[in-house]
Amino acid sequence: KSIDPTNSTAMAGEKGLVLLDFWVSPFGQRCRIALAEKGLPYEYVEENLMAGKSDRLLRSNPIHKKIPVLLHDGRPVNESLIILNYLDDAFPDTPSLLPSDPYQRAQARFWADYVDKKVYDCGTRLWKLKGEPHAQARADMVEILKNLDGALGDKAFFGGHAFGFVDAAFAPFTSWFHSYEKYGEFSVAEVAPKIAAWAKRCGERESVAKSLYSPDKIYEFIGVLKKMHGVE
Amino acid sequence: MAGEDELKLLGTWASPWVSRVKLALHLKGLSYEYVEQDLDNKSDLLLTSNPVHKKVPVLIHNGKPICESVVILEYIDEAYGTTGPSLLPTDPYERAIARFWVDYIDQKLVIPWKVAFTADGEEEKTEGIKQMLAVVQTLEGALKECSKGKPFFGGDSVGYVDIALGGLLAFLQGTEELCGTKPFDIANTPLLLAWVERFTALDAAKVALPDVTKLVEFAKTKRAQMALSIKK
Repeated sequence: KSIDPTNSTAMAGEKGLVLLDFWVSPFGQRCRIALAEKGLPYEYVEENLMAGKSDRLLRSNPIHKKIPVLLHDGRPVNESLIILNYLDDAFPDTPSLLPSDPYQRAQARFWADYVDKKVYDCGTRLWKLKGEPHAQARADMVEILKNLDGALGDKAFFGGHAFGFVDAAFAPFTSWFHSYEKYGEFSVAEVAPKIAAWAKRCGERESVAKSLYSPDKIYEFIGVLKKMHGVE
Repeated sequence: MAGEDELKLLGTWASPWVSRVKLALHLKGLSYEYVEQDLDNKSDLLLTSNPVHKKVPVLIHNGKPICESVVILEYIDEAYGTTGPSLLPTDPYERAIARFWVDYIDQKLVIPWKVAFTADGEEEKTEGIKQMLAVVQTLEGALKECSKGKPFFGGDSVGYVDIALGGLLAFLQGTEELCGTKPFDIANTPLLLAWVERFTALDAAKVALPDVTKLVEFAKTKRAQMALSIKK
């Protein structure tokens, strides 16, 4: 079995950009947002993960077998932040997600990595767990949001004046805030007011508005996940 | 060019993540001040430089801190773009592949290694070893694809993936004693075995990697300490 990540023979002849994705995935949404911000046309392919994984997905990402996968002229790029970096590298004539200064780039990578390491898993613990572990998850989520609040500071976006890498990385989670608030019994506006304002600002951008689902829809989806995992 | 360029690295001698940064700095021919940290008694400098994670490595460049080994590696490559060899490839797709493998190493190799190292039960340990060896096998394939017959993941010269895996080398060389299994062998991973020999012969490796015997002793002591503290 070949683990050739280029898999060029399998998908030769396909031109352009294709995104293998799952409607509600915040990691997939990052890519949709990035592509929209860059004005890059692409084919969106919904992978019905609830019904199993398609051959195309398994061939494109044999190692992780996950979405999102970006196919560029048939060659797959995996992992959402790697995809975002790739879009910047491969399409230098489009608006950059990362700033140009090396130190600012390092800061952006650090905070995007922080979002990756912390937000989704902590959110999952919030709706999955009870008792003491739930209380810990709540405390962790508040700390995460406070850290991000501090990192944003008085800037309009994490990238400064312009919407950038960290904004694209974190914006999809804004539709999950409502659920985190309900499960965690806290208010984002109270613990992280700058983040709350930033979330609103992001929502006003077409790239974000078109990629995200409503907070109610996310709450409903979590209900589905809970059933799947046998959580009360 | 006016002014001094000051690099300071906060680290611990045993940390593979710190070794990665040392490797990169040496390969680029950069001089720096190394400051050994006591993680049981964290310094003010560490806490103010990395308030979010409070971990090493931290690279401080002219007073400005950069945290997380992978972020630091990319920073070094970008801030010193014209100094020494390039760590990442220039082609956008090859960069994405390099980032993918570094992310893979971080996501998949460390956890089963730790399980194999610390597991109490025979079953758990066997499972950890099995998973670790499966990951190593995948990396053998990655080396074949990335090197295209040349000495390193980066081709003719050491690159990003070489450094990311290279930082872990002392632990990998100590794996037989620490986890009860050889990670590399001539039958299954001939390319990686040859790569290990090549990599450890580099000047950068001799300076950046800790002594294997010392590391094994240290790791065993830590494991015993942890076991004791759990039993309390």
